[in-house]
Amino acid sequence: MSRLSMITKDKAQATVEEMYKDLERRIIASPPGLCPIDLTISFVKMAHAQTCGKCVPCRVGLGQLEALLGDVLDGRATLDTINLIEKTARSIYLSADCAIGYEAANMVLKGIEGFRYDFEEHILRDRCNFGIYQSVPCVSLCPAGVDIPGYIALISEGRYDDAIKLIKKDNPMPATCAYVCEHPCETRCRRNMIDDSINIRGLKRFAVDNASEVKNPERMPLTGKKVAVIGAGPSGLTCAYFLSMMGHQVDIYERRNKLGGMLRYGIPSYRLPREILDKEIDTLLSYGVNVFTNVTVGKDISVVDLKDKYDSVYIAIGAQIHKNMGIEGEDILGVYSAVDILKEIGDGIYPDFKDKKVAIIGGGNVAIDVARSAIRLGAKNANIIYRRRKDDMPALKEEVEAAIAEGCEVYELSNPIKVESNEDGRVKALIVKPQIVGMIENGRPKMQDAKEKPISIECDVVVIAIGQGIESKDFEKDGIPVRRGVIDALSSAGVKDIPGVFAGGDCISGPATVIQAIAAGKVAAANIDNYLGYHHVIESDVSIPQPRLADRVPCGRVNMKERPIEERIDDFLLAECPMSLEEANQESKRCLRCDHFGFGVFKGGRTEKW
Amino acid sequence: MVNLTINNKKVTVPEGTTILKAAELNHIKIPNLCYLEGLNEIGACRVCVVEIEGVNRLITACNNVVEEGMKIYTNSPKVREVRRTNVELILSQHDARCASCVRSGNCSLQEIANDLGILDIPYELQLPHAKWSEGFPLVRNYEKCIKCMRCIEVCDKIQGLNIWDIANTGSRTRVDVSKNRRIEEADCALCGQCITHCPVGALRERDDTDKVFEALADKEKITVVQIAPAVRAAWGESLGLKREEATVNRLASALKMMGFDYVFDTNFAADLTIMEEGSEFVEKLKNRENEKFPMFTSCCPGWVRFIKTQYPDMVNQLSTAKSPQQMFGAIAKSYYAEILNVDPSKIFVVSIMPCTAKKYEAGVEALNDAGAGHDVDVVLTTREVDRMIRSEHIDVRFLEEVELDSPLGISTGAAVIFGATGGVMEAALRSAYYLVEGKNPEPDAFKDVRGNKEGWKEAKFTIDGIELNVAVASGLGNTRRLIETLRSGKVSYDFVEIMACPGGCAGGGGQPIWDGEELAEERAKVLYGLDEINDLRFSHENPAVIECYERYLQKPLSHTSHKLLHTNQEEWELNPLKNE
Repeated sequence: MSRLSMITKDKAQATVEEMYKDLERRIIASPPGLCPIDLTISFVKMAHAQTCGKCVPCRVGLGQLEALLGDVLDGRATLDTINLIEKTARSIYLSADCAIGYEAANMVLKGIEGFRYDFEEHILRDRCNFGIYQSVPCVSLCPAGVDIPGYIALISEGRYDDAIKLIKKDNPMPATCAYVCEHPCETRCRRNMIDDSINIRGLKRFAVDNASEVKNPERMPLTGKKVAVIGAGPSGLTCAYFLSMMGHQVDIYERRNKLGGMLRYGIPSYRLPREILDKEIDTLLSYGVNVFTNVTVGKDISVVDLKDKYDSVYIAIGAQIHKNMGIEGEDILGVYSAVDILKEIGDGIYPDFKDKKVAIIGGGNVAIDVARSAIRLGAKNANIIYRRRKDDMPALKEEVEAAIAEGCEVYELSNPIKVESNEDGRVKALIVKPQIVGMIENGRPKMQDAKEKPISIECDVVVIAIGQGIESKDFEKDGIPVRRGVIDALSSAGVKDIPGVFAGGDCISGPATVIQAIAAGKVAAANIDNYLGYHHVIESDVSIPQPRLADRVPCGRVNMKERPIEERIDDFLLAECPMSLEEANQESKRCLRCDHFGFGVFKGGRTEKW
Repeated sequence: MVNLTINNKKVTVPEGTTILKAAELNHIKIPNLCYLEGLNEIGACRVCVVEIEGVNRLITACNNVVEEGMKIYTNSPKVREVRRTNVELILSQHDARCASCVRSGNCSLQEIANDLGILDIPYELQLPHAKWSEGFPLVRNYEKCIKCMRCIEVCDKIQGLNIWDIANTGSRTRVDVSKNRRIEEADCALCGQCITHCPVGALRERDDTDKVFEALADKEKITVVQIAPAVRAAWGESLGLKREEATVNRLASALKMMGFDYVFDTNFAADLTIMEEGSEFVEKLKNRENEKFPMFTSCCPGWVRFIKTQYPDMVNQLSTAKSPQQMFGAIAKSYYAEILNVDPSKIFVVSIMPCTAKKYEAGVEALNDAGAGHDVDVVLTTREVDRMIRSEHIDVRFLEEVELDSPLGISTGAAVIFGATGGVMEAALRSAYYLVEGKNPEPDAFKDVRGNKEGWKEAKFTIDGIELNVAVASGLGNTRRLIETLRSGKVSYDFVEIMACPGGCAGGGGQPIWDGEELAEERAKVLYGLDEINDLRFSHENPAVIECYERYLQKPLSHTSHKLLHTNQEEWELNPLKNE
């Protein structure tokens, strides 16, 4: 016997390790609409398999919990059973020796608190909560409900124009989304069960780049109804597009010079080239939408006037105003808001950051946009100052990585407390208080001041990018209800108690994503159409290819690449490279066609019209 | 065209053909269970799987289309093993006590299991535990349901009522009433289409045959049976009779043999219905400005249930005339009791109906007007009467045909077509014409309303210079489309006939079941044939009806007629469990 030996994996252990990975990916792809109690039983069962067998609560108790939960599902339980489950789980939680036991019990306790109603429904009516179907994961997670398996199938057949047509049934801004969509559709892609999610946005971009000029569908007969849309961001534009397609006359009122809202005045052109945005907007408006730029509703004309003048009004003013931090020195020369800087960049006015040291406060996409723009404008450095950990940043992971690659530095766990000025009254440094990660509350760790001294970060420019607010005051004054700073609208986009007035996008939710704004515009268009007394049906005549009858063997995901760093940091041209034809063909064929295979072929596989 | 091979046989089929169809076109049978063409092509049972050369996993034939150069094997060792395993798995969750199943011998699962030679199931039997509402005219047996989802699809796609849905997820997934309702809380029309589209015995009508045997055995009871029009077009199907052999007279003979005292015809009451409903319509026409149009027919209780739950504001547009079944019951326990000179409560009225909703209708308290309990005591479906004949071991092939009894067995051709979509409308128009013009039209003058159609049929007729717009729909999905269009103001009609079942009663939910086949049209042909050969083709010429008015009712819409033959639809209780 050797005194020590290296641990080697036997085949069984190696296989189990592989199965753990399979399970991890399966959980990522877990569809919504499953019975929460059934899932809880499965989790407890797995936890029970992990028990070492030493201690009573875990060895015996978890099995008893499984049996009791089974009673609930199999019609053998009474309402008292819930109490017994709770009591048992609490005892296990309080007395198990290690986390294998007490955390398993904790899941059950969470369940009883989180979905007690489901427990009761099972016991009293022998049924789970109803009405949620296992949907096609990508489609159900796309706020606009775009027919993703449909267009991926079209891309795999080289029918790029048809792919664009199909997307435009639900989302009139395929090009914009091809470049900047946050692609929530990819998060629960069932392909994760095999290997990895489909690169849906990348494929969409391939279709957009390779399609010819796809015309809008024919306009429906004119109705004589007039609708005013306030704000020409993605939400307003979407609403205007669908309503004008339906035959209504739409006038857009836009405060700024140009159209696009945050697409132009928030997203830099190296992510969304202006010629692509301009072309998309031109196509969108080609039904004959009237545009009034440089008109501020609430100042130049009131929403009340619009309401009188039009049959319906859609408010889509976005979230455009800068939020202050409330720290000392925030008004010093050289401190800017991200909103203002990106707005100027949107109009083609680039700030002079040449050789400047720039500190950007914030961890969202806007902060990253400013930092990467600063690098492109020749800044000496671009430091992203973030209060939490890098992992906690709400910005897209790939954006953060790209920024770092381009030379941005992330100062994590740094809470800005003061801006210091030099003798000229200009910014000299940003003082930050180091943070320590602490207890988790509401699923997120809290940050606390660390027992360390504040640090001074030398800089010439400070850009604050900690979020945006809604300019709702003028609307509130005119009787539009505002709650917690946002316009108070229903899920139908209807503004409470004011028939004919609708609102959607960032101005009712606070800053969110492009695709959510587009979805809001679509919802508003449908409900405004109904309000006007119509039920125009939006559909597409594109026939969807039959699914390929081939095995789906594991195959890696094609990721997007960016242009070489040295090249891209000197210009504002598109940073991301397209997929090659070879890549697009391979990637599109990875799609599992959940519209056809699985529950989708029975229910919810395809919404052909709305 | 696409070229491929199936089991090494070269075949050419049109593009877009499913593998199942391609095989069928070339006389290669691929077994399937959940599949229903155009309705349920979801590949749930995985019985129709086939092997495609070059593909490891198997493919369902029912919902995947052929590709050029494909090499398909429908019976490879892999296919055989998998198909058999899947059927065994289905059987492991199916109460397969076939000997006591209503669908024994007419069950697609039984047939496939037998075909595959399954003698032993290697799995533990796992039956679900859900409970059904006792006494409801429609019965779901959770232990027999194989979750093929056909009932969901028929109700969603054909009937548009969405009564069924998936309940629960995961291993406990089952088919149950949608939205966590009990069936009596749902808006079920009781059309029974889910029953006739179930491949196994998971759905059936409430069995009332025992009640009938009991009444037949009771010497005190005078048993009277009425046979609905559409029953005569279908009753012999499951007893091995050809259509021309399965006459109503042979059925009457079987019923007599069972011990029924009098065998009558719902057709008599159908003629009566035309007199009442036709007169009601003519009266309405006289007061056109003040009346609400269209007037809707009211003889289909599935339709009545539908309108009461879906469009309650339109219930007052239903004709107040009762259905033929209920008119018959009311007349049997009044006029006919008088003829027999007996206490009406001694009379036990049985109906044989192609329908499950009729079981509900007979139980509606507001319809009992003869004052002797329920006007109709028991309703049997066509299937139940067939089962009774079998249980009596009557060999119908060797029965002499007998005439139906008088006077409630006398009827016209106008009545027999009640069993097909458009029939009520046509019969009503024949007599309405007479009532207005004072003379008969050509008997086939209104045949434009015949035949089943996607959507609905409309026709225009002129009677005495009055232009009449009529419409006919069958199937509740079609009905909803018609009513929505009516409500949107895009169409307007004077008179509308609705039948809940596609094709009318001929395709009724109480008719014999032929998995995968729709026989309404074929059965309707029988009914139109019977109309054509009848000497009497106008309800107002039915001598027994004329006599009934002369001796008892006086005239259509008289006080007595109103009491016995009309109803206030608003008073109907919808929950059959509360009627009992």
